Amino acid sequence: MTEILPPLLPLLVGIPLLMGALGAALRRSKRARHIISLGTLTAMFVFSLLLVIATHDGTVLAHKVGFWDFTPQVAIPFVVDALNSLVLMIITILGITSVMFAMATHEARSRFYHPFVLILMAGVAGALMTGDIFNLFVFIEVMLLPSYGLLAMMGAKLGAHGARIYVSVNLLASTLLLFGVGLVYGTAGTVNLAELHGAGVDDPAVAVGGAVVLTAIGIKAAVVPVHGWLTRTYPMTSPAVTALFSGIHTKVSIYAIYRIYSVMFDGDERFLWIALVVTSLTMLIGVLGAIGEKTTRSILVFHMISQIGYILIGVGLFTGLGLTAGIFYLLHHMIVKASLFMSTGAIEETYGTGEINKLGGMLKREPLIAITFMIAALSLAGLPPFSGFVAKFSIIQATLEQSHYWVAAVAVIVSVFTLLSMLKIWVGVFMGKPPADLEENALAYQERMHGKRYLRVQAQAESPTLTIGPPTAAMSAVLSRQRAVRVPAKLIIPGAILAAITVFFGFGAELLMMLSETAAENLLNPEEYVEAVMNA
Amino acid sequence: MSIAIAVGLLTAAAVYLFMQRGMVRIVLGFIMASHAANLLLFAAGNTAFRGVPYIGTSDYGDGGDPLPQAFVLTAIVIAFSITMFMITLAITTTHDDDTENDEESPAKVLGAADADADSMFDPLVTGAMAAGTGGAHASPLSPVHDFEGRDDDSAEAPNADEGTGEHQSRKDVR
Repeated sequence: MTEILPPLLPLLVGIPLLMGALGAALRRSKRARHIISLGTLTAMFVFSLLLVIATHDGTVLAHKVGFWDFTPQVAIPFVVDALNSLVLMIITILGITSVMFAMATHEARSRFYHPFVLILMAGVAGALMTGDIFNLFVFIEVMLLPSYGLLAMMGAKLGAHGARIYVSVNLLASTLLLFGVGLVYGTAGTVNLAELHGAGVDDPAVAVGGAVVLTAIGIKAAVVPVHGWLTRTYPMTSPAVTALFSGIHTKVSIYAIYRIYSVMFDGDERFLWIALVVTSLTMLIGVLGAIGEKTTRSILVFHMISQIGYILIGVGLFTGLGLTAGIFYLLHHMIVKASLFMSTGAIEETYGTGEINKLGGMLKREPLIAITFMIAALSLAGLPPFSGFVAKFSIIQATLEQSHYWVAAVAVIVSVFTLLSMLKIWVGVFMGKPPADLEENALAYQERMHGKRYLRVQAQAESPTLTIGPPTAAMSAVLSRQRAVRVPAKLIIPGAILAAITVFFGFGAELLMMLSETAAENLLNPEEYVEAVMNA
Repeated sequence: MSIAIAVGLLTAAAVYLFMQRGMVRIVLGFIMASHAANLLLFAAGNTAFRGVPYIGTSDYGDGGDPLPQAFVLTAIVIAFSITMFMITLAITTTHDDDTENDEESPAKVLGAADADADSMFDPLVTGAMAAGTGGAHASPLSPVHDFEGRDDDSAEAPNADEGTGEHQSRKDVR
């Protein structure tokens, strides 16, 4: 299998791109777009599962794109080892569930939703697999361009400000990345990661270039002190898009930090303290920022920052246990966070608001959502028996092993705050009595959403009127109090699937831990990576 | 040396423009910044005293390094497309390109999530719709909801007026 797979790696980028274009070309058929999107994502999942199986013993698969057999630095390599195949697998799972969620909220009906998601996935696959820094820049852009579209499209109801900030910050970071690539090429004469192996240790000039690259990627990963953009943009779009982004953009950047520090800097111990200071600040500031927030999504976004701190502890320690724990945390976090965004998003999409003050009593109204949220929230806070417990426990164990007691202390304190914050959402949204006007607000929201087609026609008329078409049967049933507003099952399922996965990885942590360990070993010994690229 | 000075000047100009409020100026700043990055990439390939990097025209030793030139070409295309998108963002859905318009800042919008909700399914259409009826806040949807029990019309009136005024003045210019 290790011989068949490498030449197929470019397909992981090419097929979603092609299918995205096909989806955009199919103007009329929504169903065809749904099928293309889900089919492609499922195929990507199956392929990445194969890659995980092929690399689970530490094998590194490498392929020179276009079979270019000139010199190693000319061909662009695609490299897959345990780490990026695992990340890719989880991201495809997130892709599938978030597309299911978007189909349930009807966002996916929009002509460009599926094409954007597929192109985004192509960029993600490329950014994860590429073994070349400049190519990393290109694939990050391929990943970001459809994201700009998604954010602006689905955030249109909140104005363009979120999209403006998002595009500006990301373009700034990309420009900085380009500066870094230029400096690395100017000093080392190559941008091929395998050839740059150890260059950051041997040559201070290359190390400076590498530091610029890492800083730029750090902005994209929303590490404190360059985290502000995340909290101002992610809540400014629809829940489906937030859920999709939460698992992808910052996480691909984190992967890049892991990889570049492992190969280019060879895990140099001189700079590790910087990472530890930054991660501790990230954990602390992220969790404190969540205290003042009023809506479920903005609380969760602040927690995302705090969790990014936990994940990067792995790089800050750069020991076997530290990296294993960091990678496990990364995989666990992607699933749990998306699940939380989806379960709170389902409420937001149904009741029209994510504000804690305007919600309440959801435990009785929506027990399934409550269970889903509870599982994911407890997992996020790090309580057993969910995957979060294993992740947090091993991270803290790894810091103690290196006698970084203050980092461990911060990690423990922050998880207490995380739990408090989750309880705040729990008490505000799920407990207590529902506000008196909950039902009416939900109705008004639904009416606005489903009356869209009529409204569009009305809006083009000379003087826009407010008649919103005939109410549907379900709506009149609710209006006459025969039936209460409920979150539809199709909105619950995607989040529930992810919650089930976190339970599975909680009880079956051994499996994921083993895979993370292989990935960590690959990072600790980048020689295999280098060898695979050179001999591809 | 001249390239180093040019990169420095362009970066300084870019940073100055980033500090401005207007979105269009920020976009101009990004154009400067990407020029600076491209020049730096060129410099990385040692531009001076080199031949044409085509096979057969010069020795490998004398030819310029083609790789940075390929980098620059790619980077230009990417920067150009994003610049176009940013210019679009500067003129759509809001009334002007001011980035510190308090009424529509994320803090404000998140604080009152019900402030405005255009249809989220087809923003291209709704964007046009909002423009056609006097801005996002004067959308025909807004009076439908009054989550806080207040009269949305009166609450949003100043902004809507402003928007309409702005819109009309734009129309006049056209």
